[in-house]
Amino acid sequence: MTAEPSPQSPWQAATITRIEKRTPRVTSFWFQPSRPFTHLAGQHVDIRLTAPDGYQARRSYSIASAPEAGGGVELAIERLDDGEVSPFFHDVAAVGDEIELRGPLGGHFIWEEGDGGPILLVGGGSGVVPLMAMVRHRTLRNKAVPVALVFSARIWDEVIFRDELIGLDDRLDGFNLVLTLTREPARRPSDYSRRVDARMIVQAAERLPKAPRLAYVCGSNPFVSAAADALIGAGVPAEIIRTERYGV
Amino acid sequence: MVTRGFFSGRRPPSDTDARIPPGQYLEQGFPVLSAGPTPRVRTEDWSFTLKQGPKPIKKWNWAEFNALPQSKMTRDIHCVTAWTKFNTPWQGVMIDDILADAGIEPPTAYTLALSFDGYSTNVPTKDLVTGKAMVALLYEGKAITPDHGGPARLLVPHLYFWKSAKWVNGLQFTERDEPGFWELRGYHMYGDPWREQRYSSDP
Repeated sequence: MTAEPSPQSPWQAATITRIEKRTPRVTSFWFQPSRPFTHLAGQHVDIRLTAPDGYQARRSYSIASAPEAGGGVELAIERLDDGEVSPFFHDVAAVGDEIELRGPLGGHFIWEEGDGGPILLVGGGSGVVPLMAMVRHRTLRNKAVPVALVFSARIWDEVIFRDELIGLDDRLDGFNLVLTLTREPARRPSDYSRRVDARMIVQAAERLPKAPRLAYVCGSNPFVSAAADALIGAGVPAEIIRTERYGV
Repeated sequence: MVTRGFFSGRRPPSDTDARIPPGQYLEQGFPVLSAGPTPRVRTEDWSFTLKQGPKPIKKWNWAEFNALPQSKMTRDIHCVTAWTKFNTPWQGVMIDDILADAGIEPPTAYTLALSFDGYSTNVPTKDLVTGKAMVALLYEGKAITPDHGGPARLLVPHLYFWKSAKWVNGLQFTERDEPGFWELRGYHMYGDPWREQRYSSDP
């Protein structure tokens, strides 16, 4: 098997069409690619910034929007103070700017309607972004798939997509939101105020009608290590757990 | 395409720049990436098997493997997620010395590295021999931690680092170039950082 050379550059220009602040540190940017594509929930794109002297910086960002959403590709970008690319987006990028983008990419941390369920999603901070694409895909395509999303954030105001997630939870249609705040008391009776642990995973899984078929864990490396151990401690088989990590 | 308002404050000095492949940035830490939970492989359960196709050639336990001649390699490593880390110091058993202990010449042109968690990755055999690659047992003089692939990981530093399989437990010689885990999921069959062979659509 030999890779076929691409007939054209895999990079393309994408125009920023909308910017919306999600939390104090996370802002969503919508991109309209010049060559539109359909992604799978959980996939990412690579972004490449080029300076006047030719220097380039590239980073990967997960797609938050559902494949069938329309209106461009939503990336929810967290500001990293020592970052090189995220401060550019937060401080400089404006609607109408063209950014180079490549994708969609990734063939492992993905969920398609046909993969079935129930699915157990566990996200820490901006690790919720690819899980959000899965939740939205499920809601638009097949609400019969039961989902539990365990979402860990430091404080209530840092819960990305908070209103949308609580709105989905309130529909009682098989989507279950389990919020846990690590630096504030819980706001809702069913939520937690501690780090993700095995007991929390057991209780989240109990909200599903049967044992999860697939589990997805995304966040910083320490978060994913701890959360994956919690899943295993809760009896979730390692073979059904997919992880995506970022940071050092 | 120049990005409006983006300036290259982070361009490294030219002597450093020459060691960073295209599209990569210099990282001081050592990020961890993996497709699933971190397996905790106990050395008493550890083994390493050379195979030709399905047929085992030779198998070592932890003590036997550690008794093989050990070498050191200090190399720059390049992850497909765009970080490059300089001067990572490893110690382990060169693939050449594994083959010598098994008393064989490489039987085929392609190899699949196999891991305890079911992961696999393909590497041409010529990229594993003549001093190019090892099964690493130590990092910075200490046992490799589980999140970095311990007890033992493959080290093929001249290719993107997903080729350096964590939790490695064997090498399987194959007649054809058979894609491994990430290669079946859109990543490049060879993965040369200097040619920026990240994804299957890259030349």
